[in-house]
Amino acid sequence: MPANNFEYYLLMPYIVIGVGIILSVILEISSKKSKEYLPWFSAMLFVGTAIYSILNVNQSFVLFSGMLEVGGKSAIFNTLFNLSAALIVISSIDYLKKYEANFGEYYILIQSSVLGMMVMASARDIFMVFMGLELMSICFYVLAGINRKKASANEASLKYFLLGAFATGFIVYGIALIYGTTGTTSIQNLVENFVGYSSNILFVLGMILFFIGFSFKIATVPFHMWVPDVYQGSATTVTGLMSTAGKAAAFSVFIIMLNAVVSYGAPHFFKSYFAVIAALSMVIGSIIAISQDNMKRMLAYSSISHAGYMAIGLAAGNKFSIAGIIFYLAAYAFMNIGAFSVISIVEGKDDSRIGIKSFAGLQSKSPFLAAMISLFMFALAGIPPLAGFFGKYYVFFGAIQADLTWLAIVGVLSSVISVYFYIRVVVYVYFKNSEEEFEIESSVGTYTAIIVSAALVLILGFFPDILLGIITSSIK
Amino acid sequence: MITSEILTYLLLTPIITSVLVLFFKNDQVKLIRWFGFGSSLFAFVVSLIAYKQFDQTNPLFQLTHHVVWIKSLNVSYSVGVDGISMLLILLTTFLTPLTFLSTWKAIEKNVRMFTFSMLFLEAGMLGVFMSLDVFLFYIFWEAMLIPMYFIIGIWGGERRIYASVKFFIFTMFGSLLMLVAIIWLAVYSASITGFFTTNLIDLYKVGPTVPHQIQAWMFGAFFLSFAIKVPLFPLHTWLPDAHVEAPTAGSVILAGVLLKMGTYGLLRFCLPLFPQSAIEYAPIISVFAVIGIIYGALVSMVQTDMKKLVAYSSVSHLGFVVLGIFAMTIESVQGAVIQMINHGLSTGALFLLVGIAYERTHRRDIAFYGGIAKLVPVYSTFLMIAILSSVGLPGLNGFIGEFLILLGTYKSSVLGSAWFSVFAASGVIFAAVYLLWMYQRVVFGKVTNHELEHELTDMNTREILILIPIFVFVLWIGIYPSTFLKMTELSVQTVLQQVSAYSVNIIK
Repeated sequence: MPANNFEYYLLMPYIVIGVGIILSVILEISSKKSKEYLPWFSAMLFVGTAIYSILNVNQSFVLFSGMLEVGGKSAIFNTLFNLSAALIVISSIDYLKKYEANFGEYYILIQSSVLGMMVMASARDIFMVFMGLELMSICFYVLAGINRKKASANEASLKYFLLGAFATGFIVYGIALIYGTTGTTSIQNLVENFVGYSSNILFVLGMILFFIGFSFKIATVPFHMWVPDVYQGSATTVTGLMSTAGKAAAFSVFIIMLNAVVSYGAPHFFKSYFAVIAALSMVIGSIIAISQDNMKRMLAYSSISHAGYMAIGLAAGNKFSIAGIIFYLAAYAFMNIGAFSVISIVEGKDDSRIGIKSFAGLQSKSPFLAAMISLFMFALAGIPPLAGFFGKYYVFFGAIQADLTWLAIVGVLSSVISVYFYIRVVVYVYFKNSEEEFEIESSVGTYTAIIVSAALVLILGFFPDILLGIITSSIK
Repeated sequence: MITSEILTYLLLTPIITSVLVLFFKNDQVKLIRWFGFGSSLFAFVVSLIAYKQFDQTNPLFQLTHHVVWIKSLNVSYSVGVDGISMLLILLTTFLTPLTFLSTWKAIEKNVRMFTFSMLFLEAGMLGVFMSLDVFLFYIFWEAMLIPMYFIIGIWGGERRIYASVKFFIFTMFGSLLMLVAIIWLAVYSASITGFFTTNLIDLYKVGPTVPHQIQAWMFGAFFLSFAIKVPLFPLHTWLPDAHVEAPTAGSVILAGVLLKMGTYGLLRFCLPLFPQSAIEYAPIISVFAVIGIIYGALVSMVQTDMKKLVAYSSVSHLGFVVLGIFAMTIESVQGAVIQMINHGLSTGALFLLVGIAYERTHRRDIAFYGGIAKLVPVYSTFLMIAILSSVGLPGLNGFIGEFLILLGTYKSSVLGSAWFSVFAASGVIFAAVYLLWMYQRVVFGKVTNHELEHELTDMNTREILILIPIFVFVLWIGIYPSTFLKMTELSVQTVLQQVSAYSVNIIK
């Protein structure tokens, strides 16, 4: 079936970002002042795409003989990726100057990675998933080491590349086995005949390899080893993007594959797999985070434990918990981007001032930043009525509905542990006196990102139905 | 059901004013103080209007206001009061302005944020007492932790960080398990009634049908959360730390209202939602309550720090309340409710008085004081009244509560033994020992410490004005308790009917 005009029309967001990338490259080459325009150009691109996607959420179509699906869940994910990227881009403007990595390529790479994520979330064919994944990952490898003069950034980039490539190897091998046993790469086909195919041990092995590869990408225990080093070494804004939109993209693939569990009754084995990685990630992530003194490293472990909470939703695998994961991803994105933006302001040159001690007495230096980081920490800890609480609530709800009450109990217990290190930040910010003197440089872009994130954290907390309504209607 | 929006206005008053506080400049200290006091006073007036609309002869929830909040979870903003919660709401709005007055001198640092926290806290406490949706209740229950955490952590004493973090994590631990139980109940209700619900009135019908084995777990999860807040022995260890490190205003609110949220939760949720388990475990819980009464009293006796002494006396007094609730007779539960109010008033007054002395001398150890009767006669008299009220002298409020609890426990068929009452009664005697002994050491005799002579000045008008309203109620409850007992009588009966309807299943 040849593609028609209508299909191209529906493909608008992808085309817009693609054209945006080309335009940005031309702009970058042709103008020396491009660095000043590129962030705002990218932000406009992202915001426009986000608005387009959310407005067309009900127009769900499968395009190109089942390669892509636009609208529905994909549209929600596209909105999330673009909004996150927009926030990251505007908070990068002043940060990159400080970080001595004010390159135009930065913005182009972010645009490409977002395109990759969008392809991943919309893909309905394993090869499309793989293309999207690689587009996103390769951009991230470069972004992690965007400042090539920094040893920590180089280390992060190399580690991320090696382990990421390793994970990709798993995925490719998995895909090979899946294709070899079934003769198809269409996710629709795989999902519908999941139970039948599962009688073949090689298919199950392929799926396991595929899932393990993506478990790397969402940063769950025991595939989490790369996370702390990469999150710590990368530029703070890049970490903000990797840990939110990047994670969401990997989760979107899980969610598509999990249709098998929701609608067609996949073997119990896969449920147990997710239950185990969920429990391990929550507990281990929370416990290790307690002893971290570096804010970025602490948030890296917190990111592992949050991946665990979201994986509860995968284990539960009912409609409610899937909706819960998507809500959680959105809530997590805004809390985390907000937190990383605050860190990026406090952070000094040469990786200084990212320790928790530098946050001591922040309240006297900048009451605004103090209030904001506390808000994000309370939200990450899951204190109601902030966005993070509802994310947890929905996945726990799904888990209890699916008779996984034990997993919900493990979840709440690790939440109690995690409260300790989140409020530790608040202790430093409000209860301790400043130990080092430095000026907080205000930045219009970053402050805007922080305010928007905070507003979204509050709105999603007080009126969770706005988003959950859209999500539930998109999950049929 | 009588519907009214007055409770929503009452809830909104501190929320709106707490946001308004943030628009003041941080150095407009005086203005901010008056604003905080004024708005909490305004909230008190609103609560009096609510009380005027409240109908004592109606045993159901009244003044209800219902707005759908989260459709997908069938959660609604649903508030309403019965006699018990009305009384506790009045206690909250009554104590908050007084605590604001008490901070005039004590809080110098970042007054704007303090006022914000206090008003935010008041909103949280009011929300807890008026929620008729378990989910909404949980949100207020948790959200209220944040301001209290800041109050202890920013304006507290030396070990404030330890105390505030301990307070936060202890409470969070209990309440998160309650969250699992709440979700479980909502999911279970879907299997019974066909839709998720967290509405309390609907859950009252669902709760008792939970299979026996699971009900015990549900009851346990709710109970643990409330028992930590009360705090019931042996979960009380956060309390002395929090009390001692908190500023006076924090201690007053903590003792006066926050602890009551635990006992209120037992009465509102644990008993009616899981009546079979409540009856089954009542004797065990009562044993812990009695241990708490005696243990709290004995530990108080050996304290050298006045504030710590009052803090441990809370463990003892709250033990009475828990005992009264789980004895499940009209008298004992009525007594427990009155005792909640009493403890709020008398312990609040004691903390205020200790705070007044501390503001002047910056010392709280009993040994530092001695013979202050001659130096500060008014202060000594006020301290005497507060202590006698806490001891339970007939004619003052403490007596009514403790007497009713002991009487009710004595003839309780759920507990089935008079020994509970006998042992608990010893707590009353111990209370007299530790409080009067402290009074003797602090107030009587010769002036032991000459620093006191120029440091310790008598109470000023503001401080007298804070305590007079408290003492009015101390006397009122002591002399004519019917005003208050009548208010709660029908509500207590309703709760007990809900429980006794299921008692047959257990006693066979």
